[in-house]
Amino acid sequence: MVVDHLSKRYGERAVVDDLSFTVAPGEVFGLLGPNGAGKTTTVEILEGFRRPDAGSVQVLGLDPWRDGRMLKPRVGVMLQDGGLYPGIKAHEVLRQYAGFFAEPESPESLLELMGLTDVAASSVRRLSGGQRQRLALALALVGRPELVFLDEPTAGMDPHARSRTWELVRGLADRGATVLLTTHFMDEAERLCDRVAIVDQGCLVALGAPGELGAGLASTETRFSARAGLDRNSLAGALAMAVEAIVEDEPGQYRIAAEATPALVADLACWLRDRDEPIGDLRAGRRSLEEVFLRLTNDGALT
Amino acid sequence: MTAAASMTRAVLAQVRVELALTLRRGESLLVALVIPVGILAFFSKADFVDLDVETPVEFLTPGVLALAVMSSAMVSLGIATGFERRYGVLKRLGASPLTRGRLLGAKIVSVLAIEALQIVVLVVTAVALDWRPDAAGIVPALGLVVAGTVAFASLGLLMAGTLRAEATLALANGLYLVFTAIGGMAYPLEQMPRAVEIVAQALPGAALSESLRAVLTDGASVPTWSLVVLAAWTIVTPLVTSRLFRWEE
Repeated sequence: MVVDHLSKRYGERAVVDDLSFTVAPGEVFGLLGPNGAGKTTTVEILEGFRRPDAGSVQVLGLDPWRDGRMLKPRVGVMLQDGGLYPGIKAHEVLRQYAGFFAEPESPESLLELMGLTDVAASSVRRLSGGQRQRLALALALVGRPELVFLDEPTAGMDPHARSRTWELVRGLADRGATVLLTTHFMDEAERLCDRVAIVDQGCLVALGAPGELGAGLASTETRFSARAGLDRNSLAGALAMAVEAIVEDEPGQYRIAAEATPALVADLACWLRDRDEPIGDLRAGRRSLEEVFLRLTNDGALT
Repeated sequence: MTAAASMTRAVLAQVRVELALTLRRGESLLVALVIPVGILAFFSKADFVDLDVETPVEFLTPGVLALAVMSSAMVSLGIATGFERRYGVLKRLGASPLTRGRLLGAKIVSVLAIEALQIVVLVVTAVALDWRPDAAGIVPALGLVVAGTVAFASLGLLMAGTLRAEATLALANGLYLVFTAIGGMAYPLEQMPRAVEIVAQALPGAALSESLRAVLTDGASVPTWSLVVLAAWTIVTPLVTSRLFRWEE
């Protein structure tokens, strides 16, 4: 899948602005960004619903706008709003979509896989939000797709259903399918995605493996957790810095406004050893994806 | 590599869902069967209502057949499709291998299947009430039913594809009432005020009911004016609908 200098405007507003990335076969690729960043528009262009204003996209070597008929049997789609009629029963809609493919997955086994067997005869309006999401996911998979688009696949799911969905998506990738998903859950992106693209206001702001993204940014602070109420004056003295540079954000959560150099880490460790204070967590040099996300997008105010 | 299903299989999968959902909607059964059968049975026996026609059942049966076509093709189809658009069902189908042509084909097959059921019930009821149609008129009548189905289905889809779902619901039911009243379906047009009759004659409801009445009851050919009006609605409405229909609300 290739996205090449893609742009899309609605009126005056550029929703997608010169966006480029590629997704390799078998990869789980995440599109991250705050609401209104252009994620859904990008996915809908890749699905063939909208036409690019500039630039081009290629999906499985085809142009989704022009070659939809050839592409659709090979692609599974889960829309953000499931597109399910309230009066239809779960097994009916699954059988309906199975009828559109030459060699579909069996509806019964998909219902089983999604944990929906007990509600197979229930109409969509009686399903919980998470059950509807799982049914929409089942519809995306019923045609044994080579490529799956998942627009916020775990929105509205409880933690149990989420982790089950994660296993399913990883399972898809293990069987060789390519997955493109959008999410604004950072843990989801970290757990699931081989690579992520962070977009903001239609522009690409970062691209890479979730772990690499943090390393790319120079860290200007060091965080650690320990017993609440440590003597910050004494610690500041040991680290040879002003006491204002050490902040206790929450009880036991400390932030030092300095790069986590080996010397600083060593000095911190010595000071803790001298006081016999156990350390909970030390984060140095690498930001979590969430921090990268907040820093790079306008969503989070920088502190 | 995965492939799309054959046309027959895909259309049948869609038809099955269309029929299941239609039969599950109580209100669509009401407008499709209960009201036409009720009008037929009530007015052909109620001698306190003076339709000023020789035998009420001969006047009424072609009218309620037209009413039945309108209820399935315009009201049921329009409202159902409007809500499918609202719920994103049409969009989701657009991402599946079911092409728009096949979706439309499935909807037409479903409407014709429901109409066949309606026609059987209405004809059996009418015959029980001593209706004796002109045998020579049966084949032309089926042609008229198909033409009327195209015209009314296009009207229903025009509403579904351009208005909000609630507006389609209100307007389709409103038109059902209007056509029932001034479509020559339950009450003779000639007995209406002249101005109403002129408006009614230009609408597809009267064109269909008057044509059916001519071939089924009078053993006549279709009146020219009705034929022109029906043909115009049958040809123009689908063109307008295909231009204006929007798949997402």
